[in-house]
Amino acid sequence: MLRRMLEARARPQGPLDRRDARSKLAALLVFLVVISTARYAFPATAAVMAILLAAACLWAKVPLAEALRRAAVVLPFTAFFAIVCWASGDAERAIALALKSYLSCLAVWLVVATTPMPALLRGFESFGAPRFLLMVAQFIYRYLFVIAEEARAMALAASARGSSARADFRILRFRAAGGALAVLFARSYQRADEIHRAMLARGFRGRMRSLDAPRFQLADAAFAAAASLIAVGARLAAERLV
Amino acid sequence: MARLVEIRGLRFRYPDGTQALDGVDFALDAGESVALFGANGSGKTTFAMHLNGLLEGEGEVQVCGLPATGGNLETIRTKVGMVFQDADSQLFMPTVLEDVAFGLLNRGINPVEAAARARTALAAVGMDQAVDRAPYHLSAGEKKRVALAGILVMEPDILVLDEPTTFLDPPAQRVLADLLRGLPQAEIVVTHNTLFAQTVCDRAVFFERGKIAARGSVEEIVAHFDWNFASQATNFGR
Amino acid sequence: MHIPDGFLAPPVWATLDAVALPAVALAARRAQRGLEDARIPLLGVMGAFVFAAQMINFPVGVGTSGHLVGGALLACTLGPASATVVMAAILAIQALVLQDGGILALGANLLNMAVIGVLAGYLPYRLWGAGRLRKFAIFAGGALSVLASAVLALAELLLSGVRMAPSVLGLSLAVFLVSALLEGAITLAVLQALEAMRPGFVRRPAGGASLALGAVAVAAVLLSAVGVLFASTAPDGIERVLGVAVADASWLRKAGTGLVGLAVLFVMCTVFERFAAKRSA
Repeated sequence: MLRRMLEARARPQGPLDRRDARSKLAALLVFLVVISTARYAFPATAAVMAILLAAACLWAKVPLAEALRRAAVVLPFTAFFAIVCWASGDAERAIALALKSYLSCLAVWLVVATTPMPALLRGFESFGAPRFLLMVAQFIYRYLFVIAEEARAMALAASARGSSARADFRILRFRAAGGALAVLFARSYQRADEIHRAMLARGFRGRMRSLDAPRFQLADAAFAAAASLIAVGARLAAERLV
Repeated sequence: MARLVEIRGLRFRYPDGTQALDGVDFALDAGESVALFGANGSGKTTFAMHLNGLLEGEGEVQVCGLPATGGNLETIRTKVGMVFQDADSQLFMPTVLEDVAFGLLNRGINPVEAAARARTALAAVGMDQAVDRAPYHLSAGEKKRVALAGILVMEPDILVLDEPTTFLDPPAQRVLADLLRGLPQAEIVVTHNTLFAQTVCDRAVFFERGKIAARGSVEEIVAHFDWNFASQATNFGR
Repeated sequence: MHIPDGFLAPPVWATLDAVALPAVALAARRAQRGLEDARIPLLGVMGAFVFAAQMINFPVGVGTSGHLVGGALLACTLGPASATVVMAAILAIQALVLQDGGILALGANLLNMAVIGVLAGYLPYRLWGAGRLRKFAIFAGGALSVLASAVLALAELLLSGVRMAPSVLGLSLAVFLVSALLEGAITLAVLQALEAMRPGFVRRPAGGASLALGAVAVAAVLLSAVGVLFASTAPDGIERVLGVAVADASWLRKAGTGLVGLAVLFVMCTVFERFAAKRSA
């Protein structure tokens, strides 16, 4: 799971990387709503949206194969419910579920692949998300890999001492796993203390201050507007054609 | 002129009852570089934490002429820069630049100037190309240098480093040693690494059960306490 | 269960967004406890812990394994408001970076797992965690938190018109029950190990409540959740929500009932949480 998160960096910068996170988020929301509220002749709309997204990937220099692959993670979950719907006689909805969820994931990936996490989180602040929550998310993202590596090392050490029948380090015996998690919990708690001390040592007085965010430019507004209009227009066109 | 650090009769007991420091006298002048040796649990790190008021014990602790307590701590923490053992706990911001600028922003420096000064500090430790990178992707040595930059940017008078060579490979240790030798600040280095201490420090003190048992040059202390891996004899396996 | 985009009907996700986002904002204010930003590192690191912990598999026998979800564990160790904030942050990151859960559906997932899941996980502990029933309380918390979130998620899907045959529904609930029991077991195992390592670290909730009152409260939570589920599965089904005009009264009525049920559940939990917080403050 974490490997997926780590892989995606180091690609050439494209036009979308330069855009402000807020404009990308706005366009994303419009796109998602357009897809979510589509009712009539959905396969046609879906086809048009798919072409739109593929074109956007190419324009933004986001590797298309990887994007298609990542969006596909939603399909196993969707497949279950699609089959259930189909079996209940609602074939139209089954298809809609698969198409909508896949396209939505693709759109989200496009934004996430072209926006660094800190910028993305900051973008949400402008949409009204509480600052406290966003900073917690920022810290989670920062320490995710650190703690995951500690977890991995612990599990490896435990399995090396023969705590499980399989060589796979991911599966520990129940009590051993519980103990391992408790140790990880305690270590994490201690690390939080260390971080707090390091913050105090550099003059932390209660409020975390940030460097300036890049300014919202005309190009950002233009992008958000254009992307939104294209999305809405594409759906109307598709619905009218069929 | 007041000495940089003047400590007399420092005692400290942890909440669980351990008497970590049991009467420590210590002094530091401008530009000096001191190594703190001692077994694990002898009180070296606990002592270091008193220098910027992260811990407060009994006795007299004066840093840059100010008692290390209460309202003085804010000033003292700008004069004492501490580099902790685990760089991951010190680099807690999402990018290198934001982390180095942290201390300045806390002091109320405006963001534009803070960013500029942070870049200068990063250049001074040779990490200016890592400005927008996430700390996770840096090597241990690079993280240590960024942590140092985050301290140097505050223009402290004293640097306190807690076991700085942990996790560092020999080339990284060399880079760090060179950096430290070139800095004008007084330095206090808690370390087990005697070679590193010999390169960086002018003198040393040896902690034993919460007290300073001896003072002298690094070579004298190392020789007197046999504080060397190769020379320690053990009976294991005989 | 993280609901992706494209599953929920617009009225459903919109309402849930409108309910969940202020709830999470409220939790954020409570979690700060007037200390401004001082608790951010702790909550952040514990969130990273839960995220990493979700990758450790616990064997359930016969080739299957499960993993910790974490809502109850966080609630018992950090308090419910902080737990909500941490779970919310985790869900947001999972939705964005792992495409685990949708963006428009984030409100639904937040409500299910970060708000109701946490409260349901804390409820038994708050009631019985200080007495002889402590172990049971912790186990029940873990189980209830997963059960409540899963049942709510199912209800939201049904409300949105995803038709499921009763047998499928039964199977899903059975699977959820197993996950719930597993969560209870894991939560208990971890907390016990923690207590063994650092006795007194996991604080006891102040002032218990009578067994009867507690049982009633827990039963009420369960009944509401299940009730919402049944309200959503009217026998004649919800005809192709996608194709139904908003003016159709019967659909609106059913959807309305379901959503009101959800709202009642939410209000109950909020009130109880306030009450519990006042008593232990």
